[in-house]
Amino acid sequence: MKLLDEGTELDGFLIGGCIHYGSMAHIYRVKYAQGPSDPGFPMIMKVPRMTAGDGAENIVSFEVEHQILQALSGPHVPRFVAAGDLERLPYLVMEYVPGRTLEHWLEQAERPTVDEVVRLGVAMAHAVHSLHQQNVVHLDLKPANVLVRDDGRVVLLDFGLSCHAHFPDLLAEQLRRAVGSPAWMAPEQVVGVRGDPRSDIFAIGVMLYQLLTGELPFGEPQTQGGLRQRLWMDPPPPRRHRPLLPPWLQEVVLRCLEPEAALRYPSAAHLAFDLQHPEQVRVTARGQAAHGTGAWTHFKRWLRAAGMHYQPSPLPERQIAEVPIVMVAVPYKDASDATLYSLRQAAARSLGTRPGARLACVTVISPGETSTVREEDSETNVHRRYLTQLRQWAQPLELPGHQTSCHVLESGDVAQALLDYAGGNRVSVIVMGAATHGLMTQRLIATVPIKVAMEAPCTVILVKQTLPFDRLKELPARGAESGPSG
Amino acid sequence: MRLALLSDIHANLQALEACLAHARAQGADRLAFLGDLVGYGAHPGPVMQRIMALAAQGALVLKGNHDEMAAQPPAENRSMGESTALWTHDQLDEAQLAFLGGLPLTVQHDRVLLVHASADAPAQWRYVYDTPMAELSLRAASAVEGVRYVFGGHVHRQSLYYRGADGRLLSFAPTDGVAVPVSSHRHWLATIGSVGQPRDGNPKAMYALFDSARAQLTFHRVAYDHQAAAAAIRRAGLPDFFADRLELGR
Repeated sequence: MKLLDEGTELDGFLIGGCIHYGSMAHIYRVKYAQGPSDPGFPMIMKVPRMTAGDGAENIVSFEVEHQILQALSGPHVPRFVAAGDLERLPYLVMEYVPGRTLEHWLEQAERPTVDEVVRLGVAMAHAVHSLHQQNVVHLDLKPANVLVRDDGRVVLLDFGLSCHAHFPDLLAEQLRRAVGSPAWMAPEQVVGVRGDPRSDIFAIGVMLYQLLTGELPFGEPQTQGGLRQRLWMDPPPPRRHRPLLPPWLQEVVLRCLEPEAALRYPSAAHLAFDLQHPEQVRVTARGQAAHGTGAWTHFKRWLRAAGMHYQPSPLPERQIAEVPIVMVAVPYKDASDATLYSLRQAAARSLGTRPGARLACVTVISPGETSTVREEDSETNVHRRYLTQLRQWAQPLELPGHQTSCHVLESGDVAQALLDYAGGNRVSVIVMGAATHGLMTQRLIATVPIKVAMEAPCTVILVKQTLPFDRLKELPARGAESGPSG
Repeated sequence: MRLALLSDIHANLQALEACLAHARAQGADRLAFLGDLVGYGAHPGPVMQRIMALAAQGALVLKGNHDEMAAQPPAENRSMGESTALWTHDQLDEAQLAFLGGLPLTVQHDRVLLVHASADAPAQWRYVYDTPMAELSLRAASAVEGVRYVFGGHVHRQSLYYRGADGRLLSFAPTDGVAVPVSSHRHWLATIGSVGQPRDGNPKAMYALFDSARAQLTFHRVAYDHQAAAAAIRRAGLPDFFADRLELGR
């Protein structure tokens, strides 16, 4: 459709300047024509370019974006305001989010620093995780669709190719053609799978690779054969382009780019976790490599990939729920053996039966434990001491298929430290003792477990210690009282 | 307009009342009963009384195969359904039988075509249980000027059919309580499930709510006292099978 003139009124919206002339749509600033000028945030209107020459796909993806945008909420998507009648005058009005897209970082003459890429990666992974929790898979993540706010948080744009597990997929078809942007598209998308959240993990991997090396891992294939290469081929390791790159980061990026979705991070929260805890990343040969995968390996994989075909994917929300990040808060002192034992049992149960769940064991020590004067109590030494203690406790939990890590935090406010850690790492379940963390001394103020249970952004499991055997015989005399607390 | 779509009530008064209360709470301002008001269940009289009163207030009511059987019960019983048809017939008064006999097979309301079974041959009571059958029904309905939505019952199952990117019909299994966007420039066909005899392993009653202004269709599942409904069937001396299946949703 032709450009709208500034000052035109459309369904109650006053058209402002055109801020983007795209191949698919034009974007204008808009205000309300009557009453307050906006709903509390600035607005834009996206109008598809539909002329006689434009394909039907353009308008379907516009419809898909409308479907999905109105169902999404949270800080990682633009807020939806209104939509025009698709038959009469199609448009979408949404929040204008100030910021820069990832393209800005790619256009710079110098590559961003490792720290900066890690920061961007964490922000992207958190935004994508929030989307997956709402049962939406983006499926067209690329630098132009990743907007970084001034506060560093990422907002995802353009849901024209996305898939909502609870809505009919208007882009689905029986032939299952590949839909997406060739450079960032996951292998399973090439064979027509729509709805696997790990496809978005792959796209994040491509963008991290791009940010770190300035190169696209699989180029920009124009043909179906070129697209299918990623079903069996590993990209050249990033360290070939940037030899000083830390191996742990290469490990993370290449795990995102695994051809088989099952070998990638099982959820974006797991990816963010590794990016935030480099010391916990298990570096394999893949992380160290500076040379690509051999021709023989590629040949064998090519044979396998020839049979790769469409399979339906489970609900994103359910899929990521099966690979939780479980955090267990372990007191560093004043805890009975029975309490520590019960905590370990509960943590093991919470990991579930499926592989892929991750366990983070956390101890919060008080600032008084460390000293700047006494060498044996220096921060490093104290942390090492408690870390060893924590590792010993967690050792029986180190099972194949689950990754376990230990973390010592230092804070005067134990509950807040646990809450911050859980929020920052998108923890799915917190396991802690119902009567730990100094319960006896905190009779008058909210206890740590209560505060965590009330304010946690996720499920909290409060563990009662199993009954100590030496007190069993006292029970009958005390009547039907419930088990003692520790 | 928020149109509540209720089908296959099958003389289940408890399920009907639960769905009506739910629809009212959801802001439904119009009701449509898509047939099979009676048959199988223990309360044909009270259900007919309720629906006829609602019809007098503007509810749309269609005829289903069981309604036809109850109005004119077959001479011989070839199926369990037919065996209860005569019993149902005997529970109804003249006015109720006349009402059932005079119900239409299809009703058009704005862009919506309502039918008990399949729009291509409503009197043949074909089951729309897959995409080829949905294609027949939708194609026949789309020939009617302005129709974009076909809502039906009969299969006791909740499904939504729509055209994919290549124009072929695809089926979609809806999630309870999620408002599905169904924009009016496309053609849609929905089987909205059964109020009074769910058969998908979940005993909760089924109905759907269509919001024409927002172009959204929401499939609902409503818990009701299915034990009371089953007990009434046993008390009435109807086959145990009809009571058992309410408890299992099978």
